[in-house]
Parts: sequence; C-alpha cells; structure tokens
Amino acid sequence: MSPLDRDALARLVASQLPHNAFVNLGIGAPTRIANFVPNEAGVILHSENGILNMGPAPAPGQEDWDLINAGKSPVTVAAGGAFFDSSLAFAMMRGGHIDVAVLGAFQVSSGGDIANWSTGRNDGEPPGIGGAIDLAVGAKTIWVMMDHVARDGSPRIVAECTLPLTAAGVVSRVFTGLAIIEVTPQGLEASALRDGASLEAVQAATGAPVRLAGQVATIMADGTLTGAH
Amino acid sequence: MRNVVVESAAAALAGLRDGHTVMVGGFGGAGMPRGIITAVAELGLRDLTLISNNAGASGDDLSLWFRQGMVRRIICSYPRSAKDFGAQYRAGTVELELVPQGTLVERIRAGGAGLGGFLSPVGVGTVFEQGKQKIAIGGRDYLLELPLRADFTFVKGKVADTLGNLTFNKAARNHCIVMTTAADTVVAEVDRIVEPGELDPESIVTPCIFVDRVFARSPA
Repeated sequence: MSPLDRDALARLVASQLPHNAFVNLGIGAPTRIANFVPNEAGVILHSENGILNMGPAPAPGQEDWDLINAGKSPVTVAAGGAFFDSSLAFAMMRGGHIDVAVLGAFQVSSGGDIANWSTGRNDGEPPGIGGAIDLAVGAKTIWVMMDHVARDGSPRIVAECTLPLTAAGVVSRVFTGLAIIEVTPQGLEASALRDGASLEAVQAATGAPVRLAGQVATIMADGTLTGAH
Repeated sequence: MRNVVVESAAAALAGLRDGHTVMVGGFGGAGMPRGIITAVAELGLRDLTLISNNAGASGDDLSLWFRQGMVRRIICSYPRSAKDFGAQYRAGTVELELVPQGTLVERIRAGGAGLGGFLSPVGVGTVFEQGKQKIAIGGRDYLLELPLRADFTFVKGKVADTLGNLTFNKAARNHCIVMTTAADTVVAEVDRIVEPGELDPESIVTPCIFVDRVFARSPA
C-alpha cells in the first residue's frame, strides 16, 4: 500500500463534490481536480480573477492570455460562462456564495485552522497571500487536499498549527493520500482509509488524535471509494 | 463634445511625477497595460507607491519599474514569482504592504466609492489583523480596513469610444474596474477606439465618467 498519487487524490475529491455546486479550486494540486469532475455532476467552477463556469485548458495554439485561471494558466469558458471584475469575484467568495472551496495547505489543525500561505521564510521569495485567505473565510465549505505528511515525514495534520494561519476554525474535511479526515467538534474522525492502511498507521502519521467515524469507506488505488461515504 | 483620446504615451502620462501613488490593473498579464507600463519606465521616475495585485514576472511588465528602482513601496496581494521585485525586496530597497486580494480590491472600491473604510472578517486570528482596529458586529469579529486612492490609475481595456467608455476582453476586467474609480487621473490603454454610439450600451463595463484619458497602443 502506498499513498494515492496526485491524480488519484484529485479523482477522489472530484467524486465527492456535490452536484450542481459552485466550486473554487485552489492554486496548485487542487486545480487538477477539474480534470476528474464528470460533466453530469453539473459543478460550476469559479475563478477568483473573474470567471464563472470556467472550462478546461485550451488546445495548444488556442490560448488567450486574457483568459487565465488563478494560477495564471490559460483556460476556456464552458457554456453559460460569465466574466466579472475582482470586486464581484471576491463578493462571491467572502459573501458565502461559493459552496465548496478546495485548498492546498501546509498544515491543518484538529480545530480546523489552516496554514497555506507562502510566507517566504523557506524559499527566499517575497511573501504572497493572494485570494486563498478570502476563500478560507468566506466559502460555505472548506476542504483541504494535501499530502498526509511533509517531505521530512512530519505530520501536516496537527494539534496546533506552527505556521502562520490563513484562517482559524474553517476546515471541515481533509483529503490525503492516506485517508479522508473529518474535522468535527469532537476532534478528528477518519471517514475513509486507503486500502490496506490501518487506523494505527494513519494515527502514526497524524499529529493529533484520530478516531474512526461511524462508517468508514475504503479508498482504492485509483481514488475511487468503496463502502458507504 | 467630450473627447478623452490622447495621441501619445507622453500625453497619456502628463502630470505623473516622482512620489506619486499609482494603481496598475491586471491579474498576471490579463488586463495589464503593457504599453503604458513601458512608457512609465522610460520616464525613470522615483519613489512611486504602486498598488497592484502582482509585482510583474520577468518581462515587459512591472519588472521594468523595479529593475530601475522606481518603486519605493508596493501594496500588493501576491508579489511572488516576480524576479526583479524579489531582488529589490531582498535588498531592502522596496517596502511591501501585503494585503489579502479581496481586501485589496475592496479597499480600492471604498476609495473610489467615497467610503471611509469597511469591516472585513478576512484576517481575523492571523498576522493580517496586526495594527488594525477589531470591531464585533452581531457576535463576529471584523477588521476595520481603510480605503485606497491613487494619483494615477492605468488599466488595459479592449475597445474605448472617444468619450472614454470602455469594454474589456474576457477575464481582463479583474482589478481594472475598481481601479478606474479610485484615482485622480485614470488612463486606459486600449486596442481600438471608436465613435460614441458604436459601443452597445449593454456592453460597456466602465462608463466614461471614470476615464480621463484613452490611449490606443497601436491605433486602428
């Protein structure tokens, strides 16, 4: 058993998005989720730079550099797409109009705090906050998609974040290559485990107590779920 | 009849001087007025305060200003992957005020809408609350955010009419729209200029009341 690869994890998250939801996918790994959302799900993607109903990347040669996503890569608009300015884009985000935002993160705490902005402390770059903080505060539901542990093996799901916070108490669910972790008022609950991973293995990779949810699904290697979820 | 078309970049920038505060539209390259940015770089100004979502990348963009040390202070949400700004930042020769993107755009909106500020929940419980007044409304904490205005705003439109009405291309609207409301002098670089009446009123995104000068980089 190895953790899910990025595509399988993206497929897993995509399969859990509510039908017809307005969804914002954060920069980085979450952007990949768009490749796995089935058309019949009716999900409408929002982009902070002023696009609703964002479509996939254009064919090579068809790029319009006025039509980019939040990561500044060329995209298209789907049927029913709309353009608007940043003020309206952030009113959608901060005003609770986005159903689900899926964000990457460096750390998530058992209380739902999220640390996901680049402070520049480690890479010598200037800091950048961008729009993820507005999403983290304003979207109705905040999911995080990330590796379960850091490159050095240390937990990224922790009792208290040690990195500067993006927002406090906002994350409700964390998808990793090992498990789906629900953030509940009673603490962390694993609602799905990677096929072959035990609760003990997930606990060993997690910096806060985790218990099993009432029903626990199994995450297969391709990111599909078996069992109830 | 009102006619805000200027024939040269020099005329578009008349009155811009050292120490001014300047807003530049764009999200990445979309909506970025490259012609005006290049013309400003040629003026070799000093001590500008720049308000912009990004700080350039590495080409014919705001990097030109940083390369020449024209900017003393930048108010920005995401100045990463900006080679020339990064070098100035590490050297300590430019001051950065990092602002969450939604707060940045709303501060500009407040500045352009005659508001004294607004209350935002964004940043509560983070380093972004430092130095700000915290006010509880209905049991929730908010931060008092203050308006932003500028001496000049530069944006990139698609088509203008001679009155100054503007359309935009796709997602190039981004920060351009509020920025046109919040500066003493607003300059729009566009692809094409038409006569009044040629733009469908339904398609006009920025009404001419906000636009002081229109400049076609490559006159049609």
